[in-house]
Amino acid sequence: MPKQIHLAAHFPGVNNTTVWSDPESGSHIEFESFVRLAQTAERAKFDFFFLAEGLRLREQGGQIYDLDVVGRPDTFTVLSALAAVTTHLGLAGTINSTFNEPYEVARQFASLDHLSGGRAAWNVVTSWDAFTGENFRRGGFLAESDRYSRATQFLATASELFDSWPADAVVADKAGGTFLRDGAAGTFKHADAHFDISGRFNVPRSPQGRPVILQAGDSDGGREFAAATADAIFSRHGTLDDGRKFHADVKRRLARYGRRREDLLVLPAATFVLGDTDTSAREKAAEVRRQQVSGPTAIKLLEQLWNRDLSSYDPDGPLPSIDPEVSDGHIARGRASVRMHRDPLRTAREWRERAEAGNLSIRDLIIEVTGRQTFIGSPATIAGQIDELVQRDAADGFILVPHVTPGGLDEFADTVVPLLQERGVFRTEYSGPTLRDHLGLTR
Amino acid sequence: MANVHLAVALDGTGWHPASWREPDARPAELFTAQYWLDLVREAESGALDFVTIEDALGLQTDRPDGPDERTDHVRGRLDAVLIAARVAPATSHIGLVPTATVTHTEPFHISKAIATLDYVSHGRAGWRVQVSGRAHEAAHFGRRVVGPLDDTQVRELFDEATDYVEVVRRLWDSWEDDAEIRDAATGRFVDRDRLHYIDFAGRHFSVKGPSITPRPPQGQPLVTALAHAEIPYAFVNGSADLAYVTPADADHAREIVAKLNVRHVFADLVVFLDPSARDRLDALDRAAYTSDAAVFSGTAEQLADLVLEWQAAGITGFRLRPGRLPADLRSITRSLVPELRRRGVFREAYEAPTLRALLGLPRPANRYFADRGARVA
Repeated sequence: MPKQIHLAAHFPGVNNTTVWSDPESGSHIEFESFVRLAQTAERAKFDFFFLAEGLRLREQGGQIYDLDVVGRPDTFTVLSALAAVTTHLGLAGTINSTFNEPYEVARQFASLDHLSGGRAAWNVVTSWDAFTGENFRRGGFLAESDRYSRATQFLATASELFDSWPADAVVADKAGGTFLRDGAAGTFKHADAHFDISGRFNVPRSPQGRPVILQAGDSDGGREFAAATADAIFSRHGTLDDGRKFHADVKRRLARYGRRREDLLVLPAATFVLGDTDTSAREKAAEVRRQQVSGPTAIKLLEQLWNRDLSSYDPDGPLPSIDPEVSDGHIARGRASVRMHRDPLRTAREWRERAEAGNLSIRDLIIEVTGRQTFIGSPATIAGQIDELVQRDAADGFILVPHVTPGGLDEFADTVVPLLQERGVFRTEYSGPTLRDHLGLTR
Repeated sequence: MANVHLAVALDGTGWHPASWREPDARPAELFTAQYWLDLVREAESGALDFVTIEDALGLQTDRPDGPDERTDHVRGRLDAVLIAARVAPATSHIGLVPTATVTHTEPFHISKAIATLDYVSHGRAGWRVQVSGRAHEAAHFGRRVVGPLDDTQVRELFDEATDYVEVVRRLWDSWEDDAEIRDAATGRFVDRDRLHYIDFAGRHFSVKGPSITPRPPQGQPLVTALAHAEIPYAFVNGSADLAYVTPADADHAREIVAKLNVRHVFADLVVFLDPSARDRLDALDRAAYTSDAAVFSGTAEQLADLVLEWQAAGITGFRLRPGRLPADLRSITRSLVPELRRRGVFREAYEAPTLRALLGLPRPANRYFADRGARVA
């Protein structure tokens, strides 16, 4: 039997992947948009629905960044509401381990798991930046180097809370007058370098026992954290070679923790552009890229490498001849991606050479060097690509990121999913009620 | 006579500790969505203004100083904000007012949670602000040691709550209603001049803002709190739209109302709408039930008499705490509500789309809008 593919739907994000200027683009905050995407995903028998996190509005050059979608709802609240309008779809929320406390997060996820009948998932992310910290009680208390130790202890502590109630603790025997089997249910005590807490957890054990754990880190520390604790890893490696390398690397790490290969799924994020034919899809993809990278956006993205104000430059003109500003401070704040420009001087040199060789404007160059879509083609082409990547162990499935809200998944659901089902690599019905059932994970 | 407002306080299987043993109680379903949905739909069928949902950051206990080990009372609860959100899409008019504790939590998180509840319910969100002076709840967070609950300590808790509500309210206003412009010509999704840093700096925390969530449909969701004494009275006067109070009788109600300047003063009242129920449950529990609020035991007609008497004393509404769920809730919607309608003091049907509107409260102007107007001019 071929490997079965797992698919998730990522609500379009607060970044330039999302094309808000499209005439089909709807609200990013009204509940109806969330309902629409979640119900499309459930109709297509997806594993889960996914929400990212950002706890401070992004800034660039000391001002709120205004070119992308801005604004998002509270994760727990919207996922719990979505449980009312779906019946099987997993509900995954990104919740960081820095600006939260284990007792509160554990009861929120346990509550979500109860209220959704066992469909909750937690994407555990780390954060340390003082910029986001300005919205919270404790501010920039955590050193970057401590972020995985806090995340590890946070998750370990939350797991102790999830496990603090036996599954059969609530008896509710009216005649005998016994509500709880054991008067000490929920007792916990945890002390380490980050948390020193004890008492009684107040949510009985949830249908899945604990939420499905996702992890998105890519560094060595992040991969190790995922190998030790996660049920699925949300990766950036969606191409065949890169994906195979990543897949092999994280699966190899599992043995160290006494875990089997099938205990951790690798799910890269993926974007897509569908067309009737491969040619029309390619044309559409190029058009989408131009929508994603408007002239003003191109300048802003260029500034993120140059780390200086480039507002006087013409996006249709050549790249700046001046070099990037190399300093500790950064022009863009509240984004994870700005850390990726490790050697800005060298990257700038490469970009200039590439622009000169291809006679590319700033905008053309930015379109080329940032985020081409993962899958481009006819439904048959994309179904074939996804299947190949999964069968060849570059991934166990994908977290799809539509570029239009809220209807951006409809075409995929209607055209690609049936082809995957025909190939026998994607479910035609849910096999059980919980997200663990969908993902083939043991409880 | 003006119409009276009615809310119901949902907690477990009802407020009497033996209520879970009633024949129609559903204690085994307390941790399911369907249980809460059925209760809120029952309340909505009576056109009640809103339900509150109790919550706490610790396990229920009958001891003042920490958790007990009792096995004969309901223990365990789900997060109230999540229950409210789960119920919202399956109801259409009733207000949803979860309890959320301010003492150990983040104002930034609660602000966006209640704002989002307002989005998913299309303008029916409220919040019951609660402080926690319990040492065993503090130990669940391990960040502060709570001493004995004397006046100084209580003042400190409400001082923090005052700052907390201020931050939450500023964050709700930190986006002007028309901040999202989607201006194709300039490529701007928002007008950043219509987004505002709240720059709150206080003794307990500092919060920069703006919120990540746009201004909710009601502008300011309803802020409510229970107040029993002078310090909390001062808190609700400065921070809340609606206070729950616990008068013993109409004269006491009049005294309390005179101290409050909030738009709505709701009387909390535990109700048993079956005159024999309380004694029966007390016998099962081998203890006489007591409460911080007055306890009413009688018929719907007698309760309607009390409602009118206290209303004449200045009470604008009631938060009824059903002794038993669903039994006393059903009696409220199916007997009390028709009785109050016969007397011409309760709505025949919902007549407004938002919770604020049901309570006759306008949608408030944005505090930052005036600032910007002044700057521009």
